[in-house]
Amino acid sequence: MQLPTVLMAVAAASARDPGGRKRKCGPGTGVRRCPLSAAQQPPAPAMDCYTANWNPLGDSAFYRKYELYSMDWSLKEELRDCLVAAAPYGGPIALLRNPWRKEKAASVRPVLEIYSASGMPLASLLWKSGPVVSLGWSAEEELLCVQEDGVVLVYGLHGDFRRHFSMGNEVLQNRVLDARIFHTEFGSGVAILTGAHRFTLSANVGDLKLRRMPEVPGLQTAPSCWTTLCQDRVAHILLAVGPDLYLLDHAACSAVTPPGLAPGVSSFLQMAVSFTYRHLALFTDTGYIWMGTASLKEKLCEFNCNIRAPPKQMVWCSRPRSKEKAVVVAWERRLMVVGDAPESIQFVLDEDSYLVPELDGVRIFSRSTHEFLHEVPVASEEIFKIASMAPGALLLEAQKEYEKESQKADEYLREIQELGQLTQAVQQCIEAAGHEHQPDMQKSLLRAASFGKCFLDRFPPDSFVRMCQDLRVLNAVRDYHIGIPLTYSQYKQLTIQVLLDRLVLRRLYPLAIQICEYLRLPEVQGVSRILAHWACYKVQQKDVSDEDVARAINQKLGDTPGVSYSDIAARAYGCGRTELAIKLLEYEPRSGEQVPLLLKMKRSKLALSKAIESGDTDLVFTVLLHLKNELNRGDFFMTLRNQPMALSLYRQFCKHQELETLKDLYNQDDNHQELGSFHIRASYAAQERIEGRVTALQTAVDAFYKAKNEFAAKATEDQMRLLRLQRRLEDELGGQFLDLSLHDTVTTLILGGHNKRAEQLARDFRIPDKRLWWLKLTALADLEDWEELEKFSKSKKSPIGYLPFVEICMKQHNKYEAKKYASRVGPEQKVKALLLVGDVAQAADVAIERRNEAELSLVLSHCTGATDGATADKIQRARAQAQKK
Amino acid sequence: MAFPHRPDAPELPDFSMLKRLARDQLIYLLEQQHEVDKLYKVENKPALSSSEQLCFLVRPRIKNMRYIASLVNADKLAGRARKYKVIFSPQKFYACEMVLEEEGIYGDVSCDEWAFSLLPLDVDLLSMELPEFFRDYFLEGDQRWINTVAQALHLLSTLYGPFPNCYGIGRCAKMSHELWRKLEEEEDGEAKGRRPEIGHIFLLDRDMDFVTALCSQVVYEGLVDDTFRIKCGSVDFGPEVTSSDRSLKLLLNAEDKVFNEIRNEHFSNVFGFLSQKARNLQAQYDRRRGMDIKQMKNFVSQELKGLKQEHRLLSLHIGACESIMKKKTKQDFQELIKTEHALLEGFNIRESTSYIEEHIDRQVSPIESLRLMCLLSITENGLIPKDYRSLKTQYLQSYGPEHLLTFSNLRRAGLLTEQAPGDTLTAVESKVSKLVTDKAAGKITDAFSSLAKRSNFRAISKKLNLIPRVDGEYDLKVPRDMAYVFSGAYVPLSCRVIEQVLERRSWQGLDEVVRLLNCSELAFAGLTKEDKASSESLRLILVVFLGGCTFSEISALRFLGREKGYRFIFLTTAITNSARLMEAMSEVKA
Repeated sequence: MQLPTVLMAVAAASARDPGGRKRKCGPGTGVRRCPLSAAQQPPAPAMDCYTANWNPLGDSAFYRKYELYSMDWSLKEELRDCLVAAAPYGGPIALLRNPWRKEKAASVRPVLEIYSASGMPLASLLWKSGPVVSLGWSAEEELLCVQEDGVVLVYGLHGDFRRHFSMGNEVLQNRVLDARIFHTEFGSGVAILTGAHRFTLSANVGDLKLRRMPEVPGLQTAPSCWTTLCQDRVAHILLAVGPDLYLLDHAACSAVTPPGLAPGVSSFLQMAVSFTYRHLALFTDTGYIWMGTASLKEKLCEFNCNIRAPPKQMVWCSRPRSKEKAVVVAWERRLMVVGDAPESIQFVLDEDSYLVPELDGVRIFSRSTHEFLHEVPVASEEIFKIASMAPGALLLEAQKEYEKESQKADEYLREIQELGQLTQAVQQCIEAAGHEHQPDMQKSLLRAASFGKCFLDRFPPDSFVRMCQDLRVLNAVRDYHIGIPLTYSQYKQLTIQVLLDRLVLRRLYPLAIQICEYLRLPEVQGVSRILAHWACYKVQQKDVSDEDVARAINQKLGDTPGVSYSDIAARAYGCGRTELAIKLLEYEPRSGEQVPLLLKMKRSKLALSKAIESGDTDLVFTVLLHLKNELNRGDFFMTLRNQPMALSLYRQFCKHQELETLKDLYNQDDNHQELGSFHIRASYAAQERIEGRVTALQTAVDAFYKAKNEFAAKATEDQMRLLRLQRRLEDELGGQFLDLSLHDTVTTLILGGHNKRAEQLARDFRIPDKRLWWLKLTALADLEDWEELEKFSKSKKSPIGYLPFVEICMKQHNKYEAKKYASRVGPEQKVKALLLVGDVAQAADVAIERRNEAELSLVLSHCTGATDGATADKIQRARAQAQKK
Repeated sequence: MAFPHRPDAPELPDFSMLKRLARDQLIYLLEQQHEVDKLYKVENKPALSSSEQLCFLVRPRIKNMRYIASLVNADKLAGRARKYKVIFSPQKFYACEMVLEEEGIYGDVSCDEWAFSLLPLDVDLLSMELPEFFRDYFLEGDQRWINTVAQALHLLSTLYGPFPNCYGIGRCAKMSHELWRKLEEEEDGEAKGRRPEIGHIFLLDRDMDFVTALCSQVVYEGLVDDTFRIKCGSVDFGPEVTSSDRSLKLLLNAEDKVFNEIRNEHFSNVFGFLSQKARNLQAQYDRRRGMDIKQMKNFVSQELKGLKQEHRLLSLHIGACESIMKKKTKQDFQELIKTEHALLEGFNIRESTSYIEEHIDRQVSPIESLRLMCLLSITENGLIPKDYRSLKTQYLQSYGPEHLLTFSNLRRAGLLTEQAPGDTLTAVESKVSKLVTDKAAGKITDAFSSLAKRSNFRAISKKLNLIPRVDGEYDLKVPRDMAYVFSGAYVPLSCRVIEQVLERRSWQGLDEVVRLLNCSELAFAGLTKEDKASSESLRLILVVFLGGCTFSEISALRFLGREKGYRFIFLTTAITNSARLMEAMSEVKA
């Protein structure tokens, strides 16, 4: 087999890649790459061998450490003199030289500095507040600075002060001894150890709820070490006092013992929880390391390093879903990787270094370098392990041979295919590419995958395509200038949305947009959102004029869907740039969106017209009530006057809630017609005495005259007269007259037998004859006063004819009376009248006589079967005769 | 007798989705959110319930807020602590919250919204059940419901795809359309790819055709509405119909087999149909004779239930018909219809006027009298000043002086006006517009046109041929045109306009009609390329009536659909008729 060739070829590949493109990614200088003891040296012969930096731990795992960046952040201070905080997921690094530890230099104000992971300065500010105990980054990449007095100051990535909160009175009184910032699924939490050796914590600083943990019985001194655990979505505290361990939850304090702990431990010097809170490691004063589950129910392994000095840092180094568990322990000059193996891997530290636990490894940075230490992923191990016969390894080799135009390519391929492992080989190559940091190595792995794909019939392309895309994104953000050294696993955990947010947070808008466009993310989630963020940042640039900012924003954003100009304007207003905000609002296509901000900026009149434009009456109303409180009454009315829609809305409201205002409105407009109506309505609404109603009506009359509506004025005057009269009638006759119509009043009088008065009333109010006749007729029939009715019918010639008499009598079922009047009905209506009284035969005669076709059919339709048979025949005959003629 | 649809008529979209949506929302709101266990009707009286929590489901009206406030305050006085929830449907208005605040109970109640706007009353009929729309918009000029309309249209387009063709006429139609478009633009994206299910949408304002709504209805469904009032698709038949001692609530929709066959029929055919139906039914019952046991078993298990059901419905509808006949003959319905037809055709105006006068003098019915006056006014382009005064005076004497306010309302809405002496207004208008800027002139023109809103009915009628030429008897059994819904005397204006526009697929050639309708600026058509719309969907037309539509109009369009192979779907703010229109305009003493 050509195994050495494989190895050499790989080595050549890495040799061809001296990191020329990436200035800062050359070979490291700070940490000696070679492991310390010869015994643990990998068997690889050459330094430039690809697996040269692979260190085996036990039989099954390799750990490798490679350089991410060489740092030129020209630190003034030693790291050990500073408070250090580095955010996970390739996040920023904050440094605050800690002058409070040494008592002497208190007069010098320290500087808080924030760098990207590649050492690019992001912010630098003089610390003017109180002494800081601890620094930490929240999940949103906000810097939390815990002061000695329990106040936590929150800064943005660029050193902009955001807010502050206090951890409570107890903390204030007893001072902060130590503090930790930790991450849970709810967000980021702060845990504090006070001078009284009590713990206070908040599991989410976004929604601050302080929890004071129970007391540890008999605790006199500070615990030797402690940490926060997160189990079942609840944060606990684990602390070590002498040889004892205590677990604090919010209810109780319980002593715990790790299973299988070696005897002879008199104190715990360091403890570490894994990134996912699943595992716990304990370092004892005997130089013994216990590793187990965080629930303290199970031991994974133990190791004795025989170093009794307390380590500076201890962190877990494991990858998700890997069986291998290891912790990295750092002392002043020594770094040790310890796992379930009799031997450990050791490195020498040339400089002060700081460990940052990550999801799948540990970042280590110092003054000059920034490295990443992790377990070599399975796919990489399979492919690159010396003497590997894994399909991926063969495929990679086959592709190399193919490029060299060697027939060996075919041999390798055949070998894989014979075993039926080509799919697996391609998958391995793709996966391994994801875990490579160097683009060239990524490329050759992907090339191999692509080569192998050609020999497969149905290999779904998306895993390959997605990996290519992901790697492009990763390489872009890993760039020195960007400085987010995410690994593939971290990136997948973080998701692209969060990565975009982080880029936006770093004000790297162009890159974020390019990524969105490259990944073809939907505009609303992608480009638009980023542009909106950019615009919100842009409005804060105070040195640029309002016009320029507005124009620049509009040029870039245009009509991009999903961009809310009003949000941007709100931001501008927040920065005190009202004029700019108004300019920006003009670009907002949805006028409704403009209104709330305009109101806030006290541009109520503009808000009103925008609200009206939006067609949303509710919004208009909101503005109206705002205006009403803001302006004096006169101005308010004037504003309304120019906005008919708003006016009608407000009127509606007033009609129900503020009648007086309604009157004022009409008054101001000289709308006498409506004013008249208003008073009339008032006269009905008021349940008061008659005088009040008459007064209201009188006002209405005046208004109607002013409105030149004489009809209404007259009618109202009549109504006043009628009201007074009805009142008098009630007084004199008793009974209910008020509020009857004129017609009903007269009817009531007749029904009550007051004929004289009825006639008087009819004369007074000039009731037309026709109405009077109808009225009397109906009333008398109702009374069944047939005698009086007959007298009335003969009083003069009826202006409504006599057919109504017949009708009304029939309605009262008085056929006898009806017949009397039927005879007096004029010839035009005679037939109808006769039919009404049921005299079909005579009706037929009249109709025949009148030779009226319509009447004939009418009669015919009234002929019912047997009784009127003769009549029907008669009509038919008459018809036939008429037709003959 | 009932006309079957043409075989190529498109399928109606499935509205049961809307029903389910509304039901689920309501159940969620009431049960899950607020744990309601008992329902009461909101009436102006103290709440009887003794439960710890009261939940009000109300329209966002100030009146309702005051009622709630009075309840809460009464509880407070009595020292009772309860929880109050107010659910507004279809939306919450700020004004309502203001009232709650002014009444001092804002802190005591919690508010919620139920965005329910479309109630499917039938397979082809959606109602927003907003009877107040008519008065609010056409009388008070309150545009609050336009947003609701736009939301409803938006909901429809998300459920049934975009509408490729859009027509409309009227100010409210235009505003609703614009607002709806805006909503669609804001939420672009998802709907874009959908295939349209409904090819056309036609929006129209009630005020462009008051005449049709004011006429007495003679189609069965309309007549039932006029006589018994159909509420939310169901009618309460009193003892005189059920011929028993209790009344009965009956759902009137396509599910009712008997009703479905007669609903669109002219009333004169209905009796004949029902008796025919009764005979058929009897025949089916009679088949029992001579059946062997097996057949009988079959008959009982399968057919009998259906027959019984049909029997029950049949007897109800016959009862309803009898009752209608009784009521109509009492007031000499024929005479009334004759007068209406005379008004529509514009002859014997004097005679009609005296008929109306007599109607008023006899105090037949305040609403009916008012309706006739309005019909006279609109068909005649306003009353001549003498009649205007005398009819009003008579009316006030008969029905009470408070109707002075009613007249002021009717005048504002353009329903009852005085003939303008000559064309003076237009002259003034043109003079003024020369003096001021264009924009101001527009405003002034608007103002004037609202003052002198002329109905121009006669001219429109001539242009659109609304009064069919009658040669011989109009056969109501086999209708020729939509005029059958008014006994062949008049084609509903609204329906004719829809027919014309659909025929042309635009307003082209209808300029004169649009001008006469006072809608010069307010008729619009938006057409898109029809490549995506199937030919089937292009024959589905959604007609949106803003301010209500009558059953007669629905019947007329159903007829048109059958003739042309279209199918119409109706969306209305509410079902209306002449009485409802008049009541909306009336001022009644508080």
